[in-house]
Amino acid sequence: MPGVEGFIYPNELELQWSVLIVLYPFITGLVAGAFILASLERVFNVEAVKPTYRLALLTALAFLLVAPLPLQLHLGHPERSLEMYLTPHTQSAMAMFGFVYLWYLMVVLVLEIWLDYRRDIVLKWRASTGLSKHLYGAMALWSDNISESALKLDDRIGRALTVIGIPSAFLLHGYVGFIFGSIKANPWWSTPLMPIVFLFSAIVSGIACILLLYFVTCWLRRVPVDMACVDTIAKYLYYAFLVDFSLEMLDLIHRLYEADESFRALDFMVKTRLFTSQIVLQIILGTLVPLVLLGLSQLVTFREKTRRVLYVLAGSLTMIGIFAMRWNVVIGGQLFSKSFLGYTTFKMEFATREGLLPAIVLMILPFVILWALIRLLPPWGHGEGDRGSRARE
Amino acid sequence: MDQDRRTFLGQTGKLLVLTASAAIAWEHVLAGRPEDAPNYRSTDHWWGMSIDIEKCIGCGTCVRACKTENDVLREEYMFRTWVERYVVDPADLDHPQVDSRNGGYDGFHEREVLDPNLKMFFVPKLCNHCTHSPCVQVCPVGATFESPDGVVLVDKSYCLGCRYCVQACPYGCRFIDPRTETVDKCTLCYHRITRGLTTACSETCPTGTRVLADLKDPKDPIHAFLRENMVQVLKPQMATGSRVFYNGLDGSVR
Repeated sequence: MPGVEGFIYPNELELQWSVLIVLYPFITGLVAGAFILASLERVFNVEAVKPTYRLALLTALAFLLVAPLPLQLHLGHPERSLEMYLTPHTQSAMAMFGFVYLWYLMVVLVLEIWLDYRRDIVLKWRASTGLSKHLYGAMALWSDNISESALKLDDRIGRALTVIGIPSAFLLHGYVGFIFGSIKANPWWSTPLMPIVFLFSAIVSGIACILLLYFVTCWLRRVPVDMACVDTIAKYLYYAFLVDFSLEMLDLIHRLYEADESFRALDFMVKTRLFTSQIVLQIILGTLVPLVLLGLSQLVTFREKTRRVLYVLAGSLTMIGIFAMRWNVVIGGQLFSKSFLGYTTFKMEFATREGLLPAIVLMILPFVILWALIRLLPPWGHGEGDRGSRARE
Repeated sequence: MDQDRRTFLGQTGKLLVLTASAAIAWEHVLAGRPEDAPNYRSTDHWWGMSIDIEKCIGCGTCVRACKTENDVLREEYMFRTWVERYVVDPADLDHPQVDSRNGGYDGFHEREVLDPNLKMFFVPKLCNHCTHSPCVQVCPVGATFESPDGVVLVDKSYCLGCRYCVQACPYGCRFIDPRTETVDKCTLCYHRITRGLTTACSETCPTGTRVLADLKDPKDPIHAFLRENMVQVLKPQMATGSRVFYNGLDGSVR
């Protein structure tokens, strides 16, 4: 059969999960990571990252709204997906997605953003006219109480929500790792480390994403970058990445040393079909290079301009590395036969339901949503300039 | 009889209600879902299959019969049952030469190996109807389920087509039927066995390699098969409680 090397079970020729399922952990990872970065400011009072607090929340929301779409597109019967809520099979890890998702979306993220923005929404409601007055009115739930005591209450509830939100973000992405890690039939996936590796890679990608978005938004708005802020974010990125890298290496070393029945097949796969995406893109370009860049910026005091270039480069490479990691997990896990005697090939289509085109559209969509959210709820200050610039003063 | 009117009416009323509910319940039992046969009781059976490797001649009749009986697409990568041909160097069990061209549908023409140092045999495969099925466990809506008589089935009117079960099956027994966009797999010819018939593959096997087994029937030959042979299941390390029992399964088989 074309594209097959060695022996595979006859039913294994076609890959079951395509590039859309690669997007699913990638996007939920960005959500969890962005939220955790936002929580740093709120719960742990890290003042330096304040300029990115609201941006991170809105980014998390934009990506979270898109997160179920690749799954929906991939289903053979998307019209039946509601059954996952109505008649869930409680033993199924996948059945819990809807509940974890709704909890996170509605209870944590939307509520937290609403509480944080309530004062702004009410002020906009008062100031605007026509259609937007109705819109902001509805968003404020027609309550215009922004007295000091009401705002204080908002803040207290918001803080409590963030405290609930951090474990929820952990749950959201750890759970995505569990979907793969709990499949005992597939040795490439089946490891209890999977949820933890997924979680840390999520934090890494979320932080890198917000770092890049902050640079882009500063550039678009022609405001100076708050160096204290990006320095701190880069520091967190470095530490999170170190943990993530250590976990992945632990997994790798464990596999190499144990060398169980699947080892030869997986080893061969990594050295051939996955060489570019795993060794070159994920490990060297996407992990080691950004780690060295970020490590250098911790050790050596560079000029501001050099640091900015360094951070943008490290952030971009990190995003590529994490995407490659998702690719290698999802696609790599389906390239070898469960007989461990052969390999198949992934053929990416373009303009089909699960092809490259919908994947590209799905990757652009969160940025469109984010743009709309930013228009609706500007994350920078209360009209008088940047929160970051205030923090610097 | 010292029974007053009140007690009599009370007891009669209770009897009437009980009879009515029992009648309704009995009607449901007799309606026979999932099976329609009036004499079939799913709780009386516990299905499985025995496969005698030494008897298999690799003719592929079972594969053809299955595709015909169950309207399986003739594609080279969609099988409810298939046959693999193993050529093994006994000194190197880790590297068997395996092929299953068109799932064995056309039969294997090379039925002997010339090299006297190698051994060759055929392994028919199908869904193992596991007692602890990973596929049943992962289905998000319960469209894949185990019937009371131990057969793993799919409700195609309910399946989302998420393919999680295909990933979870260690044996590669599942595939997506493009006509329905739902998962497909061996049903152990459930439409036949509930009518007292055997499976299409067992029915047509010329050598009696594959035999449908009812583990709850004390007279079923499966008990002698399990007792008298050294029996193994596929991938026992997966602990799925497989109910397809192989006699003469070589250590090289995956």
